[in-house]
Amino acid sequence: MRAVTALGKAYWRAALAGTAMLAAGTSTALAEGGLPQLKTEDFSPQLFWLVVTFLLLFWVMSKIALPRIGEVIEERKDRIQRDLAAAERLKGETEKALSAYEKALSDARGNASSIARQTRDTLNAEVDKERKAVEDQLAKKLADAEASIGATKDKALASVKDIAGDTVTAIVGALSNVSATKDEIDRALAASGGNK
Amino acid sequence: MAETTEVAGHAAEAHGPMHQFEIKRLVPLEFMGYDITFTNASLMMILALVFISLFLYFAMSRRALVPGRIQSTAEMLYEYVADMVRGSVGKEGMKYFPWIFTIFIFILTLNMFGMVPGSFTVTSHIIVTFALAAMVWITVTLIGFAKHGLGYLKLFIPSGVPWWLMPVIVPIEIISYLIRPISHSVRLFANMMAGHTMLKVFAGFVVGLGSLGGIASLGGIAPIAFLIAFTGLEFLVAFLQALIFTVLTCIYLNDALHMHH
Repeated sequence: MRAVTALGKAYWRAALAGTAMLAAGTSTALAEGGLPQLKTEDFSPQLFWLVVTFLLLFWVMSKIALPRIGEVIEERKDRIQRDLAAAERLKGETEKALSAYEKALSDARGNASSIARQTRDTLNAEVDKERKAVEDQLAKKLADAEASIGATKDKALASVKDIAGDTVTAIVGALSNVSATKDEIDRALAASGGNK
Repeated sequence: MAETTEVAGHAAEAHGPMHQFEIKRLVPLEFMGYDITFTNASLMMILALVFISLFLYFAMSRRALVPGRIQSTAEMLYEYVADMVRGSVGKEGMKYFPWIFTIFIFILTLNMFGMVPGSFTVTSHIIVTFALAAMVWITVTLIGFAKHGLGYLKLFIPSGVPWWLMPVIVPIEIISYLIRPISHSVRLFANMMAGHTMLKVFAGFVVGLGSLGGIASLGGIAPIAFLIAFTGLEFLVAFLQALIFTVLTCIYLNDALHMHH
């Protein structure tokens, strides 16, 4: 409790001290001729140095510092613009290359299928030709065989006629003792066997 | 009671809250009969000039495409003010960009230097802020007349106001135009002075309470906490007042160039 009242008292004193200080400060300032800010004899040195420093600073800023900063910022903007443009161009080129590649791919596919078709066609044609040649040969051989069979048959048939004639001559000679000439027998055979 | 006055008297003697605004004459100089003594204010202005120049010089010395920290800061300041000018004045205003940038960086640096304990706040002097505001006022008025001729006077005749209100409105407009440099300068000066005075008064509380001795000395903790918070606020005010001064300059310049009335 004592401490609290001591603290309260201290604050009361401090507030008083502060007010007194403000009052004292202001009063001393006034006693010396007002606020330090209102001492007119200090105006001219302040104005002089303000003008000098402001003009110098303005010169440094407008002639050196700001153009440099502006340049760097401008340069960066340009650079970014350029890089963006380059990226855009490269992107376009990539797309072009990609489409060219795709076109080449589809062309190659087309070529491949046409080559395959051609090959198939030529192969088919060759096979057909071969087959035709073989078939022709076979047909020829068949025809030859048929012809030789025909000839053999004819020969055999002719031999049969001769044998029949001889047999007939022999039989006729044995039976009737008439010797028939070959011509007569042939005619007779032709007459009998012609309808056979 | 005797104790209180003793403390106050002691504090006021060396560290009155107004003491920090005293001009100290360092090197007496005279030029053609004018007093141009080199004072603590001159010193702070020269320091600001040197600091800003060196800072921007070193920030941009590498001219890096990918900026480092200080280069980024310099570029940020540049873009900040440039955006402000473009936003409130338009493309035409970029012609006056170096001037506005100089005003901004100069006031900002002087305000911030004033936050260094033991230093001096140049912008807490009405003569300095008034000179800056007067420069702005005279410059934009000249620009206005150069651009619009006598037509610039139409600035005082707002459009869309009925004719019978003119006798009231026009004098008001004229007066508000004429007191621009006063409101412009007092805003900056009063903010800087009031803030610094408050800081000093509370610092005085800390010393006063701390020197009471015993448990009462602990009473100094509260004003210290307040002092810390208020110092942060003062940094904000130091920046904000530089910004407000510059924005108002832009607005006045915009009036002179475009007459949006």
